[in-house]
Amino acid sequence: MYYAVTLATLITMALALGRALLGPTIYDRLLAANMFGTKTVLLLSVVAFLYGRPDFLDLALVYALINFIGVIAVLEFIRDREDGGEANKSAGE
Amino acid sequence: MSTATKTITRMLVLLVPLVAAWLLWSGIYKPLLLGLGLFSCLLTIYIKYRMEYFETEVFALGFGRRLISYWLWLAKEVVKSSLDVARIVLSPSLPISPEVVKLKASCEHPVDQAILANSITLTPGTLALDVYNGEISVHALTKAGADELRKGEMDRRVLALRKN
Amino acid sequence: MTMLFDILSWVLLTAGGAFVFIGGLGALRMPNLYTRMHAASLTDTIAAVLIIGGIMLQAGLTLATIKLAAILLFLLLTSPTASNALASAAILSGLQPEEGNVEPRERQE
Repeated sequence: MYYAVTLATLITMALALGRALLGPTIYDRLLAANMFGTKTVLLLSVVAFLYGRPDFLDLALVYALINFIGVIAVLEFIRDREDGGEANKSAGE
Repeated sequence: MSTATKTITRMLVLLVPLVAAWLLWSGIYKPLLLGLGLFSCLLTIYIKYRMEYFETEVFALGFGRRLISYWLWLAKEVVKSSLDVARIVLSPSLPISPEVVKLKASCEHPVDQAILANSITLTPGTLALDVYNGEISVHALTKAGADELRKGEMDRRVLALRKN
Repeated sequence: MTMLFDILSWVLLTAGGAFVFIGGLGALRMPNLYTRMHAASLTDTIAAVLIIGGIMLQAGLTLATIKLAAILLFLLLTSPTASNALASAAILSGLQPEEGNVEPRERQE
């Protein structure tokens, strides 16, 4: 049963990667990156029980923390750049 | 003087879960690691003090109990709207009708407004775009979801959280 | 009793896997950013609750359950904040959420 969930999570990570590659605006790519990170946390929790190694859960928690901070940091960076000059460049029209 | 004692009480209330979390996660009880743990807990409290976290009353008495019943109601809503969104995604014609709704938040407290906006975002099908001056603009995936929001059930429940 | 817990946790895990997949599919199919975020929030909330809930039933009353509960709580508290930051940054950059029925304008890709 763990294998099915692992497989579903991996497929969804592939779909998120597809969105990150396709995504017309930079925000689509960031959304995909955020999704990918959340799926990684779920995958790590499942794999911890699939292989019977509960210490993977600490990795999952750390990954959740880093993912959140990372998305916020990249958003700040983008917003600063947009304020700096070329606004609306990434509106993808 | 009473504000100082209040601040110290709030700091102690925060310190207890922090220390418990460190002890639970580390699992190694050597003096060096315990010292490092105490240092990080105190550092966290210092940073929170600089963020002026202790100036406002976040958890009133009885707030936690009501929060749990609110979470149960929210879980029910999340399940309901998740099924709706899943049906929309799976149907071949993709029947979406996006709409932007402006909601007035009845609650004054910034924490309550954050709870309301986060609950809206947490429910699939609705997404809080912006909170400004007690007005929340929400992006809804379908017209039905927008109408559901306009009824203001969630707003009423969040307001009831802080009633004494 | 163990049997009952096993079956319940399998049901939760299967439903969680299905929701994860539907969310990923939605993120790929939806026509613009804001609608995609709805699909992404589907995987963030209910799929996370179902999968981690299913594992918690398997783990029983151990330290692992407490850690899983912490992970779940953290995910549920941060994912709306991240989505909100993303949405407001997109709005500030001038990416307007269209009202009414959105034409699927990215089909040409």
